[in-house]
Amino acid sequence: MESEILISVQELSRFYGQQRAIENVSFNVHRGEILGFLGPNGAGKSTTMQIICGVVAANHGSVSIAGHDINEAPRRAKQHIGFLPEHPPLYNDLTVDEYLKYAAKLRGLKKETIDEAISISKQRCGLENTGSRLIQNLSKGYKQRVGIAQAIVHSPSVIILDEPTSGLDPIQIREIRELMRELGEDHSIILSTHILSEVQNLCDRVLIINQGSIVLDQPLNQLQNNSATPDNIEIGLRKPPALEALLGIEGVASVESINEDTIRINFNADADATDKIVEKAAAEQWGLFKLNPGDTSLEAVFMRLTYGDGEQSEEKENAA
Amino acid sequence: MISNVTLIAANEIQRLFKSPLAWIILAVVQFLLAIFFYLLLSQYMQPSSSAPGLTEVVISGMYQIAGVVMLLVSPLLTMRLITEERRLGTIKLLFSSPISITELVLGKYVGIMFFYCLMLLMISLMPASLLFGTQLDLGQIASGLIGVLLLMSSFASIGLFISSLTDSPAIAAISTFGVLFLLWIINIAGTNASEGMAALFSYLSLLKHYNSLLNGVFNSADVLFYVLVSTFFIVLSIWRLDAERTYG
Repeated sequence: MESEILISVQELSRFYGQQRAIENVSFNVHRGEILGFLGPNGAGKSTTMQIICGVVAANHGSVSIAGHDINEAPRRAKQHIGFLPEHPPLYNDLTVDEYLKYAAKLRGLKKETIDEAISISKQRCGLENTGSRLIQNLSKGYKQRVGIAQAIVHSPSVIILDEPTSGLDPIQIREIRELMRELGEDHSIILSTHILSEVQNLCDRVLIINQGSIVLDQPLNQLQNNSATPDNIEIGLRKPPALEALLGIEGVASVESINEDTIRINFNADADATDKIVEKAAAEQWGLFKLNPGDTSLEAVFMRLTYGDGEQSEEKENAA
Repeated sequence: MISNVTLIAANEIQRLFKSPLAWIILAVVQFLLAIFFYLLLSQYMQPSSSAPGLTEVVISGMYQIAGVVMLLVSPLLTMRLITEERRLGTIKLLFSSPISITELVLGKYVGIMFFYCLMLLMISLMPASLLFGTQLDLGQIASGLIGVLLLMSSFASIGLFISSLTDSPAIAAISTFGVLFLLWIINIAGTNASEGMAALFSYLSLLKHYNSLLNGVFNSADVLFYVLVSTFFIVLSIWRLDAERTYG
């Protein structure tokens, strides 16, 4: 059964003067879906998110949130949005409680429900004991949490988070991921990040944007099935042989030594030579002590789609 | 609509009083005007003085100076209205919330006007103390009070607009001061010009309309002048923020 579409983005384009920020971006997000938004810096992630939230207007195209067009019916559309920009939008001289109260009122929550909404969102973000502290005295991680708390205080059906885990320590990152998984059950979440493993752990779908255009829009499980065999592995050997010995193994495309005892082995397409390498290492007593899968499939896809593209266009520019 | 405006205004006032700036400004303005009040009063008390009347000399005189003091102080209060939202990034919170830009701008204006009313109330306690000892021309005082309020309203809206143009409070403050000062003295620029230009310049001057209200001449044209100036700059601020969303 196809669930309801909460975010619908159609053919968005935005220019800053002559500079193209994004062009012809379209995608939908369903209820209960977590969309991971990837792309190198300056690819247009933040611009797209800001357009969806109505912070910036698009030059072309339309955005509709829960069926309301962001330009035609901004008030109704924006009630469904919780937005955390890249830098959390905080008033330093307010306390956490005062700030969350203001954010809740801005989103049109009724007086009677505000206190409860604030305590729920504080509890979800681990801010129970910071209610009366001034925001300017909080650490960066706590500021980030307050930013997330303001985005979910009115339990919006659409939550848009621009790099929500930046500046957090690993424990906090884990807590926030838990929170997002929980929220993702009955909300739509778009989150942008630089951390690829975050997308793999958390998201249902990946969207990669590069130089203002969407270059990949695929469910994560499909993406992982596509390349079930890893492209490369990293092995650690106490008594490494000459690299040529490794090259001789069937399925190995190339070998590079990373440091004294660590070697990266790239496989031929669709050939997984891990088994054979291990057999050989045991037989020849190379002293195998480490075996890491190399670049994850998502990372490989990401690099191929963004990095390679950049090189190509650079070459084009040079040629011109 | 109204509730969103009051929400923005209340937040503005709340944050204003969290910073020492608001308190210092209230204290300094009160202190300066108290000195002028005392000077004017003692001047009036001189046996040789042949002044027209207590209200005329002391109260109108004090409000006249209050206008000048406000000219200096107002840019410091209005400079952070929009610039600070930009610097903190909270403008994104406001833009992504279900409130309109009109409500945002009106809220800011109402918030700062509330502060000015408070300041005016504190200043007016000084002349009001004279009521214990003598009779005052309450009509002239009322006209003067309306004059100050209208003047402050135009200061507030001009400051609000200029603060929507930049993201640096210092630039907003100095530009606002420049514009206010120019509008204050523009009638002097007209003295050597042709008759028509002189009339135009003197009409544009914020000071001239203020003076007639202080003197107890309640001319609806003067009132309308300030209302128009305030509305004009509020509308410009709304346009400016809307354009920022579209083109910025």
